[in-house]
Amino acid sequence: MNEFWVILTGALVGITCGLTGVFLILRKTAMIADAISHTVLFGIVMAFMITQSLNGFWMLIGAAAAGILTAYLVQVLQTGGLQEDAAIGVVFTSLFALGVLFITLFAGNVHLDVEHVLMGEIAFVPWDTWIILGVEMPKAVWMLLIVLSLNLLFLFFFYKEIKLSTFDPVFALSIGLPIVAMHYSFMTLVSLTTVATFDSVGAVLVVAMLVGPSATAYLMSKSVSGMIVWSMTFGVTASVTGYYLAKFWNTSISGMMAALVGVLFMLVFLLKPHDGLLWKTVKRVRLNNTKSVV
Amino acid sequence: MNALQIKNLSVAYEDKIVLKDVNISIPVGSLTGIIGPNGAGKSTLIKAILNQLPNKTGTVHILDRPLNPKDLIVGYVPQRNAVDWDFPTNALDVVLMGRYGHIGLMKKPPAKDKQIALDCLKNVGMEAFADRSIGQLSGGQQQRVFLARALAQEAEIYFMDEPFVGVDAATERTIISILKDLKAQGKTVFVVHHDLQTAGDYFDWMILLNKTITAYGPTKQTFTQENLQQAYGGKLFFMDQAKSNDNLVGER
Amino acid sequence: MLTGNLLWVLVGTILLGVAAGLNGTFSFLQKQSLVGDAAAHAALPGIALAYLVFETKELPILMIGAAITSGLSVYMIQWIVNQSKLKADAAIALVLSVSFGIGIVLISIVNQSTAGNQSGLNDFIFGKAATMAKSDLIWLSGSALLIILMCLLFFKEWKLMIFDPVFAKGIGLPVERLRTLLTALTVLTIVTGIQAVGVILMAAMLIIPAAAARYWSSHLGIILVTSAFFGALSGAFGTMVSSLRIGLSTGPIIVLVAATLFLLSFFFAPTRGLLSKLRKKKEFKQRRVAQEAMSHE
Repeated sequence: MNEFWVILTGALVGITCGLTGVFLILRKTAMIADAISHTVLFGIVMAFMITQSLNGFWMLIGAAAAGILTAYLVQVLQTGGLQEDAAIGVVFTSLFALGVLFITLFAGNVHLDVEHVLMGEIAFVPWDTWIILGVEMPKAVWMLLIVLSLNLLFLFFFYKEIKLSTFDPVFALSIGLPIVAMHYSFMTLVSLTTVATFDSVGAVLVVAMLVGPSATAYLMSKSVSGMIVWSMTFGVTASVTGYYLAKFWNTSISGMMAALVGVLFMLVFLLKPHDGLLWKTVKRVRLNNTKSVV
Repeated sequence: MNALQIKNLSVAYEDKIVLKDVNISIPVGSLTGIIGPNGAGKSTLIKAILNQLPNKTGTVHILDRPLNPKDLIVGYVPQRNAVDWDFPTNALDVVLMGRYGHIGLMKKPPAKDKQIALDCLKNVGMEAFADRSIGQLSGGQQQRVFLARALAQEAEIYFMDEPFVGVDAATERTIISILKDLKAQGKTVFVVHHDLQTAGDYFDWMILLNKTITAYGPTKQTFTQENLQQAYGGKLFFMDQAKSNDNLVGER
Repeated sequence: MLTGNLLWVLVGTILLGVAAGLNGTFSFLQKQSLVGDAAAHAALPGIALAYLVFETKELPILMIGAAITSGLSVYMIQWIVNQSKLKADAAIALVLSVSFGIGIVLISIVNQSTAGNQSGLNDFIFGKAATMAKSDLIWLSGSALLIILMCLLFFKEWKLMIFDPVFAKGIGLPVERLRTLLTALTVLTIVTGIQAVGVILMAAMLIIPAAAARYWSSHLGIILVTSAFFGALSGAFGTMVSSLRIGLSTGPIIVLVAATLFLLSFFFAPTRGLLSKLRKKKEFKQRRVAQEAMSHE
């Protein structure tokens, strides 16, 4: 039964991150997601410092706030003339360093395990449960279900708006779409997704789950809806397969999931009909051969 | 009523002045070309009119009112390189995006709007490409999709940013015919144009811009050698052809 | 902390700051600041692999492993961007996280094979500047000096290569080889630096001093010197501050000193700082108002 919960968690991670990740790729904000995955540490520490409790709920709030703060600070620096990549780099490394410092200063004797934050431990998921509306399930599963619902709701109501503001923000602004509100709403969703996920697979590997399946789907989709479906599929495949392989080789589950994300990407990158690298190379070689025959 | 009235518009970026003291009045129903050398501020002018630049002084009135995007009276065709054409979608979907202002937030596009989008594709000769991925379209085809999207907006005033750049002859003919149709319907169109050869033929009003307004007004009065030389800083050469009234104009 | 050890750490972090500042400037100017982040994360699998293959914790061996995977990651990113429609940001995030994940897998395998002993490889993630030894210093000073030397030798070639690679190729510069050299030096800095500040904070040293230096000048030479100076200052000041109290890790404090220098530059640098720009905008607006007032008379 415990294994069921672990696999379910992994599958939910794949689905939720696959969904959110699609728009990260399309909006070219993959590295802001990477930044957020580091700064959640800072948010959690701040939540602890303010509430003096390790309650998961406050950590969620703290992490979500850190995510929005990250997006906001990057925006401020960019408006001040700094190029985007450096803005992201400055903000997330500074906040991360601040988070690590605060941990050693104020939470050194509390079990705020930095490694756990970064790498997670999905095997421990079944033991930490929440009871909501009389149903008892692991906390991770609850958080993922809630965040997944929020993502789906957002997409259900604002699908065409997020699509247009991603594709052509200048045009979107010209017909009155609130693109700034969309940006920060989306960043909030990314923060929440990061928080819900990192408890199981750790912050850094959230990025693999957010970016990998959707990048793979990007290579093969002709529509945004198609990309979403493929991305979620790849996400689930990577996490479930990753779990079993990790069990088989007795190694880190989250690390294996991330590795499999990479493997799936490589497979599609190399082998996809017509666009895959190997395909294109074979075509070119065949073309050269026919030329030399003439 | 003026389609466009600009008073004392200036735009600065960092510490560089990009547009200075722009004052223009253009009537409804005109087809206006915006001409000037590279870096003259033509695209900046459009963005300032569309109220997408925070650092401007002065006022812009469209149909005697400040711009309110929710009024849905302005249609916009951006430069082709404004978007990433690797985005996973098809031509029809892009045109349908032009209807989003009319459809409203949160609602699913109804069949009526999809039909409008399809009709607009037909108007630009692209109905066969409705479900083609936009990444597979040629430059001219992409431009026509952008044009169809603007048509789908059913606006009163259209702003187009260099629509004729790098397009094939068929697309060029399509764009001109659409411009004529719009004018016949009483719409007002502003086109940032790069080609001095054709500018005199396409537009009945002109704005000559090089950070400031060199001249503007009906083409015959504005599009003169003298004004052009001033706008282009004396870097033009003219070849008069004795046989026809066409001048060959080029930038040095 | 003993004074002797503190001195080693001080010299080490200063050298690291100089090297990172110089390398970081070139990455910054090519808009590749975040590639350094990916390369730093990608060092992890290399370290673990070297340990698994050669079964030693000898620093040079581990460093070579780190350098190989780190360098590979840079080329991987380029390869993916060139051969598919994936954009740079996604390629960097993908390579970063997947290689880190592979690193975690390998480290957990290593941790098992050493019979439950924490192999100490975890130190590379967070760094252990406080335990810097004389041997580490030799590596750091070597790489710092090498980078300074290369910067002096190839200053004008790198400058042209960044500014206009097509033109550079056209006049016969071996652009690819120059770029490879620059990448190699960045990898060297990363690999020697992660012992001190760890993988995650190494990226900070590559990005922040360079970003801060940009606000003070638009001459490459001055930017390089300023960046190196900021890096050194961060290292020195950070080490001193962290020695004031037991239990303060050096890495994060060095980064925070660098971040402070950045903020000071962002706001107060003459001409390019935010306050200076706001003042100029106000003057511009005041002049316009005055002109308009005059023209209405």
